[in-house]
Amino acid sequence: MTKKILSSDITPESVYLNRRNIIKASGLIAGSAAVSPAAHAGIFGLFEDEVVVPEQAVYQPKPLTIAKKVPNNLSEVLTPESKVTSHNNFYEFGTDKTDPIENSKGFNPEPWSIRIDGEVENPRTFSMDEILKNHPIEERIYRLRCVEAWSMVIPWLGFSLADLIKKVNPTSKAKYVAFQTLYDPKQMPGQASRLGGGIPYPYVEGLTIAEAMHPLTLLSVGLYGKTLPAQNGAPIRLVVPWKYGFKSIKSIVKITLTEKEPPTTWQALASNEYGFYANVNPQVDHPRWSQATERRIADGFRAERIDTLMFNGYGDEVASLYKGMDLRKFY
Amino acid sequence: MVKTWVARHISTVKVMLHGAALLPLCWLAWQTFSQQLGGDPVQYLTHFTGKGALNLLFITLLISPVAKWIKWGFLLQTRRLLGLWVLAYALIHVGIFWLLDLAGRIDLFVEEVIKRPYITLGLIALLLLIALGITSANRIRRKMGRNWQKLHNWVYLIVLLVPIHYYWSVKSAVFEPTIYLIIAALLLLLRRQKLMAYIPKKIRPKVA
Repeated sequence: MTKKILSSDITPESVYLNRRNIIKASGLIAGSAAVSPAAHAGIFGLFEDEVVVPEQAVYQPKPLTIAKKVPNNLSEVLTPESKVTSHNNFYEFGTDKTDPIENSKGFNPEPWSIRIDGEVENPRTFSMDEILKNHPIEERIYRLRCVEAWSMVIPWLGFSLADLIKKVNPTSKAKYVAFQTLYDPKQMPGQASRLGGGIPYPYVEGLTIAEAMHPLTLLSVGLYGKTLPAQNGAPIRLVVPWKYGFKSIKSIVKITLTEKEPPTTWQALASNEYGFYANVNPQVDHPRWSQATERRIADGFRAERIDTLMFNGYGDEVASLYKGMDLRKFY
Repeated sequence: MVKTWVARHISTVKVMLHGAALLPLCWLAWQTFSQQLGGDPVQYLTHFTGKGALNLLFITLLISPVAKWIKWGFLLQTRRLLGLWVLAYALIHVGIFWLLDLAGRIDLFVEEVIKRPYITLGLIALLLLIALGITSANRIRRKMGRNWQKLHNWVYLIVLLVPIHYYWSVKSAVFEPTIYLIIAALLLLLRRQKLMAYIPKKIRPKVA
């Protein structure tokens, strides 16, 4: 049985009014570690760099006009907006899942532009306004599967990456597409301190040209009817629904078409754990997590364990991209 | 003066320690049920209780050297209650992993324990902790005689296993697990003479 879901059917966004006070209070507990040893940040919370963020986020998502809703046949329930925006892996704002919503309050994605260059006939820079004006916004409901074995179902707003790439005319040498996140330690505190988990910045990702031009590959500018909140990768991010979430790079400033396979952040850190392709594959385990099942974060308190689907359930559309490839070798 | 008070009121001190160990759990429960832990609290709950167990284990192992150093022998009486709290935190930690993360599925739990070295280590540490917890009653202690101390020296293995379990479990950000490993090593260094007995004579270094 399948049913269509509209974003209006879903629990409205709840506001965490109390959040800042709570974080302060947990810092207090960390400070009295001698008496209450099980403090939030461990006994070393004391030595964490203080991140100064405004009380209210400087950037508030704005409503977006949706030109087209792509019919969705997913039978799954959408992940509520409050969870999509409060459970994030965005190390630029801290490694805990609740860090990005808090530490991105000072992040301002306006104005913004993206540079597209490399193996293209017309390298150029697009302003965000121009991008929004020239691309009709579609709503697409995709599953998002994190390599850490949790998943969500998210109503993204955006357009096919292919539409943007076509505008710059790739040359015949363009075999790969490299992406880069903004590098701005003043706005992204994780890039300046241990808060960011000690990974190299700026974050970089990559796709093959065939993957990048695939109609499912989305450049997202919003979710749940509005522009992207800072913690979800404002103002523009990649969404590749058949790959593990770390491929879906956030806050993109640069797209470069290349002849050779570009380096990617997690692969550079631990190539035995993270491959270039990173297709969702229940048969190939990650050393730290079984990939056979996943926890679906939906509307309940407890996330259900469900079986993970090959290519995250998008096999019909994308399996042909990998015909003849050993997916154990090219993980 | 403080010393005399603590010595006379050791039961009060124990009650206070129970309260101090229980308080973070109440805090955690309150945060969870008032939905302040973000979209998916499972990872937070697992880390909080795991680190809590490790912090408490370090405190437990600090008691003897500190008591010896400041000559407050009566402090040794607090070790059992702290050790039992380590076990309680560890059981909650594993319980959350099994019931919330793995949705209570036994097949997944067994698979994870076998496949992931960091979880294997964690489970070995938990089984050892359970053995120490069960044998912590005075009656059993007396029955076990000299074997009791032999069994309870396994805590020195536990204090190494748990930080390694933590270190292996993280994707990046190894700073904090490294510090935990160093603290574990320091706690063992404080007991170097006692631990020497476990090293074969041939390769035993001469340390004063």
